[in-house]
Amino acid sequence: MEHKIPAVKMRDITKTFGQVVANDKVWLDIYRGEILALLGENGSGKTTLMNMLSGIYFPDSGTITIDGRDVVIRSPKDAFDLGIGMIHQHFKLVDVLSAAENIILGLKEEGGFDIQAATKRIREICDTYGFEVDPDQKIYNMSVSQKQTVEIVKVLYRGADILILDEPTAVLTPQETDRLFAILRNMRDAGKAIVIITHKMHEVEELSDRVAILRQGQFVGDMLTSTTNAQEMTNLMVGHPVELNIERPEPVDPKPRIEVKGLTVRDMDGVLKLQDVSFTARSGEILGIAGISGSGQKELLEAIAGLQTVEAGSIQYIEDDGSGEELIGKDPLSIAELGVSLSFVPEDRLGMGLVGNMDLAENMMLRSFRRGRSPFTDRKSPRKLAEQVVRELEVSTPGIGTPVRRLSGGNVQKVLVGREISSAPTVLLTAYAVRGLDINSSYTIYDLINRQKERGVAVIYVGEDLDVLLQLADRILVLCGGKVSGIVDGRGAKKREVGMLMTRLGGGNADE
Amino acid sequence: MFEITSFFPRAVMQGVPLLFGSTGETLTEKSGNLNLGIPGVMYVGAISGVIGAFLYEQSLPSPDAINGFLAIATPLVCSLAGSLLMGLLYCFLTVTLRANQNVTGLAMTTFGVGFGNFFGGSLIKLTGSEVPSIALSATSSWFSRSLPFADKLGWFGEMFLSYGFLAYLSIITAFIASFIIKRTRIGLNLRAVGENPNTADAAGINVVRYKYVATCVGSMIAGLGGLYYVMDYASGVWSNNAFGDRGWLAIALVIFTIWRPNIGVFASILFGGLYILYLFMQTGENLALKELYKMLPYVVTIIVLIITSMRNKRENQPPASLGLSYFREER
Amino acid sequence: MLMNKPNRVPLVHISKRGAIKWYAVLAVRIAAILLALIVCAVVTMALTGENPLSIYATMFKGAFGTSRKIWNLCQNLALLLCVSLAVTPAFKMKFWNIGAEGQVLIGGLATAACMICLADKLPNWLVIILMIVSSIVAGAIWGGIPALFKAKWNTNETLFTLMMNYVATQLVAYFVIVWEMPKGSGKIGIINQSTEFGWLPQIGDYKYLLNIIVVAVIVIAMYVYLNYTKHGYEISVVGESERTARYVGIKVERVIIRTMLLSGAVCGIAGLLLVGGTDHTITTTIAGGRGFTAVMVSWMAKFNPVVMILTSFLLVFLDRGASEISTVFGLNQSFSDILTGIILFFIIGSEFFISYKINFRSRSEREAEKEAAQNV
Repeated sequence: MEHKIPAVKMRDITKTFGQVVANDKVWLDIYRGEILALLGENGSGKTTLMNMLSGIYFPDSGTITIDGRDVVIRSPKDAFDLGIGMIHQHFKLVDVLSAAENIILGLKEEGGFDIQAATKRIREICDTYGFEVDPDQKIYNMSVSQKQTVEIVKVLYRGADILILDEPTAVLTPQETDRLFAILRNMRDAGKAIVIITHKMHEVEELSDRVAILRQGQFVGDMLTSTTNAQEMTNLMVGHPVELNIERPEPVDPKPRIEVKGLTVRDMDGVLKLQDVSFTARSGEILGIAGISGSGQKELLEAIAGLQTVEAGSIQYIEDDGSGEELIGKDPLSIAELGVSLSFVPEDRLGMGLVGNMDLAENMMLRSFRRGRSPFTDRKSPRKLAEQVVRELEVSTPGIGTPVRRLSGGNVQKVLVGREISSAPTVLLTAYAVRGLDINSSYTIYDLINRQKERGVAVIYVGEDLDVLLQLADRILVLCGGKVSGIVDGRGAKKREVGMLMTRLGGGNADE
Repeated sequence: MFEITSFFPRAVMQGVPLLFGSTGETLTEKSGNLNLGIPGVMYVGAISGVIGAFLYEQSLPSPDAINGFLAIATPLVCSLAGSLLMGLLYCFLTVTLRANQNVTGLAMTTFGVGFGNFFGGSLIKLTGSEVPSIALSATSSWFSRSLPFADKLGWFGEMFLSYGFLAYLSIITAFIASFIIKRTRIGLNLRAVGENPNTADAAGINVVRYKYVATCVGSMIAGLGGLYYVMDYASGVWSNNAFGDRGWLAIALVIFTIWRPNIGVFASILFGGLYILYLFMQTGENLALKELYKMLPYVVTIIVLIITSMRNKRENQPPASLGLSYFREER
Repeated sequence: MLMNKPNRVPLVHISKRGAIKWYAVLAVRIAAILLALIVCAVVTMALTGENPLSIYATMFKGAFGTSRKIWNLCQNLALLLCVSLAVTPAFKMKFWNIGAEGQVLIGGLATAACMICLADKLPNWLVIILMIVSSIVAGAIWGGIPALFKAKWNTNETLFTLMMNYVATQLVAYFVIVWEMPKGSGKIGIINQSTEFGWLPQIGDYKYLLNIIVVAVIVIAMYVYLNYTKHGYEISVVGESERTARYVGIKVERVIIRTMLLSGAVCGIAGLLLVGGTDHTITTTIAGGRGFTAVMVSWMAKFNPVVMILTSFLLVFLDRGASEISTVFGLNQSFSDILTGIILFFIIGSEFFISYKINFRSRSEREAEKEAAQNV
């Protein structure tokens, strides 16, 4: 290792956003012919660090050296000129343009504007590494994995030999992930330097040659992947030894609460999102929903919450006495008027669950402001509720008058969950409740969800981390391409078995 | 009597300022800037030309000594410079300082219209004329000079060759703008800036520069619309507020043409026709009815606006980031 | 891949500010206004040759010189404020209503229609009630039409409302000719000049007092409506995020239409005050660009009805003052538009310094950093 010259040397890199220190004097070396996994918890500053290498952000201080020369990267263009290409987690593609147009965007090539020539070169690159891209296809007609391929081709087309991929597998199926990894190994063998940002331990172990770890914006060390193991990496990542066990109390007096039958949903473009989905969620029980991202989880929850137009099927809310109420065709307001107490923690916290520019108290009002006949809003009780949530969930905030967008991800989620469970719901829907949270906040949320379950709430928990689902949920419903590919018992289910169900239909709808 | 040979040329002449304005605004909007200051820009373009021409004519010993090249170049350069400054002002506020585009645009319109009327009024006062207008007929005669053979070719000459050079320039500009947007690398980059500046930036496009250049060039083109109006259409006569609401109509035309300047060539003539249709309608004694005919271009724009929003076709939508300012380190 | 020369460190780096204290915000705004006033003085000096102090003395005299001028100022302030209040709920909802001009005109037209067509046919008090109702309804309809399409098909409201201004202008132009007095003059003189039929009542000797009181009431009502009512809260939520609004069961379409009906209705009242209260006639230019100025008044006040008293005062003061300067120094009346423009540019530009921070760094500083890094 010592004899190799690093392709990239980052020294003492610091970056702050307002009062938040995202990177604090970080050191990092990247070598050619090697895959480096940049590992860290959510919010540890991995993406920020790489964004400074790709010219999106500019460091407050510190130096970057490429192949032994000090450089200043002021813009993405500077990064390209240095051979650095980054594939962002949120794709940087223009929807109304074609793949080829996106790939050549911003380039200054010799000769005139010749999309045909570009198309030819794109085909060559695809053949070399085994990609499948139709250069003439418009981006808005593409699947996520196709879009990611376009991003990779785009970076290669620009001749990048230092590639950065930000959580590339988050949106891929296991097969697509395997194919991507094969391509990355190909490129490594061709002498390129590759960085993949991730927080998934098994990807680090499977793919990388070396791993560098960040914690709370600080560099805590790097090592060869072959010399370490998952437990050591986790401890370094979190900073203290972690007990990776989630508690799972026994279900309390389970009774059917939500009965979904033959639910079918199409999106605005007429694409089938859910097809003939049937299941029952019981009170005092956590029903986990597993599946590759975009398999219909969002539509399912929104349909139950009255936010999604449904093509066919029924969603019954079952009272304790066994009588049912149909929820389809009702909006959130009329569902609430039925006396159904349904809480929903959506995936998009600041874009849907909360209003970023409003303060904590005003956000508490979102659910309750209609109460009473007076045309005026009641400001007192939401303030009390906000204070209570801050106290009980240990939300760290300057005060209840702070706009929620100023809070960190974990605190935002606590505010949202706190509000949603404050109305003593009988049904709690959560989508990716711990996404983007650090490990401590995640455990707070698991705890809160378990307390709701013990109160007899029917919890539907959509998750992306199978390990968590297997430890938390009483039953797991697996979605695959909008269909139910199986419902398994959370206790004793094998990860492999669930993983298989996520990618292919099998086992039917039999309740186990 | 309704005669196409007299109606069509007048429709074209009404359409030319609108075409300049809408071509300029289309370029601007393609970069994601919604410049509601275009009416003000067109006023400034017009008055700058008038000031240039006025000073040039005053500097001559006698009106006969006028030099054709200078008679055209002086107002043209002044007009371009005036509207360029307005474009720079808009860019400085909305791009560099990231101010709200709607408010900036409206303030620029207030300022630009005031600027035009103020200096127009002051010049009128300087000349000490009886009527509240200022006439630059010597300069204007150079601007409105039609193509050769226009009067020898009968109806054909009258319909297609009888306009001043700025009218042809407006059409050429529109086609060039169309070509650049659709078929060149610069156009591709420009569209990306207006659709998704984050992506464009990550692809190495200088977003700020594209926004500045597109908006400033757009303003200069729009300013020519003002110059055409006063020098050719109005025969060199400036009177306050005569330009009216054409600037707003130019913005409407952008939507009408679904952001395609080549369609603008035909649409502007259509709009010009609608604008003057009342002059050709038989209303007899009922003068009031004419006022209702003047409503047509606006009503048509509203209908087009509604139809495009209902059809909701991906390619016909405004640039996705229109009206939003861009800051790279947003998070 | 090798480049000829290394990039230099950018001289200026811009970053977003965190929370900023209220007094800093105030200081930035006041500095902007002061700077703008200085620039205005310089421009005026260049055009008139007077010293800046006497320019502002003249402006002050123009605005407050006589009690008539003060009344005039208050009257203009009231009307501009009324229109600004009208557009505010729509803006808070992020609905860019720049059609206030047309909504005022239509309100005025409805008022004039009642005054002309019902003259001497009904008792005066009844006609005044009809004027009030019809102007409110007319304004509300004019504001409601674009809202309907926005709610249903997301039709661009900025351009729709803008076009509605011109449709309104032509409608007024049509009726001006229909009702012209005397025939062939192309305008409507003072309506019911001899009988004062349908004129809004005058309070004591004060011609404009009624308008001022009405607008003062609207200020308070609007403040309460936006900040303390359920409707006001819904407007804020829809403005911030439509998805959140739907998520909590707010009917976004209904809020959009309801808010624009309100916005149009208040514009209609402004038309009523203009036609029935002060001018007693109608022309196509009676709104006088207030619909557009109101956008800026409302935006500068950050949509706070009480602060709007200040911002509209600033613009009206400039307008009256500049028009005094024009009269005294023989300048064109459009002079005030130029001054208004300059003030607005400064205020618009100053917002940047509230939201962003500029970090200058010298090259030597940068070198020092590098060395420090290498010595570690």
